[in-house]
Amino acid sequence: MVEFALPKNSRITVGKTWPKPQGATNVRAFRIYRWDPDSGENPRVDTYYLDLDDCGPMVLDAIIKIKNEIDPTLTFRRSCREGICGSCAMNIDGINTLACTYGLDEIKGDVKIYPLPHMPVIKDLVPDLTHWYAQHASIKPYLQTATPAPATEWRQSIEDREKLDGLYECVMCACCSTSCPSYWWNGDRYLGPATLLHAYRWIIDSRDEATGERLDDLEDPFRLYRCHTIMNCAKTCPKGLNPAKAIAEIKKMLVERQL
Amino acid sequence: MADVNRGSRPLSPHLQIYRPQITSVMSILHRITGVALTFGAVLVVWWFLAAASGPGYFAFVDGLLTSWIGTLIMIGSLWALCYHLCNGIRHLWWDTGRGFELDAVTRSGQIATGASVVLTLIVLILA
Repeated sequence: MVEFALPKNSRITVGKTWPKPQGATNVRAFRIYRWDPDSGENPRVDTYYLDLDDCGPMVLDAIIKIKNEIDPTLTFRRSCREGICGSCAMNIDGINTLACTYGLDEIKGDVKIYPLPHMPVIKDLVPDLTHWYAQHASIKPYLQTATPAPATEWRQSIEDREKLDGLYECVMCACCSTSCPSYWWNGDRYLGPATLLHAYRWIIDSRDEATGERLDDLEDPFRLYRCHTIMNCAKTCPKGLNPAKAIAEIKKMLVERQL
Repeated sequence: MADVNRGSRPLSPHLQIYRPQITSVMSILHRITGVALTFGAVLVVWWFLAAASGPGYFAFVDGLLTSWIGTLIMIGSLWALCYHLCNGIRHLWWDTGRGFELDAVTRSGQIATGASVVLTLIVLILA
């Protein structure tokens, strides 16, 4: 359901401003969303200052430096620091992206960091992705076959394999789904761009034998057709994938099989 | 994790913080113009009904719709119609599975917006 305003317990207050580093010339302000589940208070935005001459180039470098040297309570997910695990997805400078592959030099002015939009917050920059993972599981993201498994492996032509390019690279960071206004308003029933991209990845896999059932499952006013081609998903994907196009292909297949 | 109170979790900010994209702004404008057009259509029907019901009432409604604020609303509706049409064609093109590359999406958006303004001006000049 469309609700533009944040619920009472989610409204953001002004937080603490931490001291500036001494003797630094290249100082940047970081305005970071904080919420502590143990305090009972509303979320707030804390301001930190970093000397960029003494900091790595990426946003992740900066928030790790803040956690290590200024405020150890700052909480966020991170792992691979090279854009392949999808853990450090967050809203940086107004768009969703991976903190590890987003350069500080791409941001003008203060660096504003929030958790992925319209998600329940566990703590600070850590959103609860339980529902999102459940949606991904619901499309059965694995090979389904009726024919007995071959002695070696399932063969695929080079052309059929190429159809998976631009789909298999998804790292499940949830940037796209949480950038989608349709997912914000109807995320309880609409599957969202990430899950639908995965659905399409299995629909066009030449080895999969459940294509009909997969399409049946998606033929639904909410699960698929809440996509209105807003395109925030493709614009924000840190891996350069295009969920909107994958969704359009599913819609096309649903029409084509009626003919 | 069993003792975690999930009910008190705040909702992270969304519209408040997400930077407007040309694509998302055009998308919401498509819906707004669609809704506004219903309103504009009602006004035009009212004008026709007034014309059918007699000269006195028509003079009143016509005066209202051709006043400066009425003219402004009508020109706005005209642009809304042109925008909704141009962007609708863009949506039809997308429905064929084409034009999804990021630069194509931006370019088609600029073309649709520009065409809606040009169409509005053409109609205003001809009418």
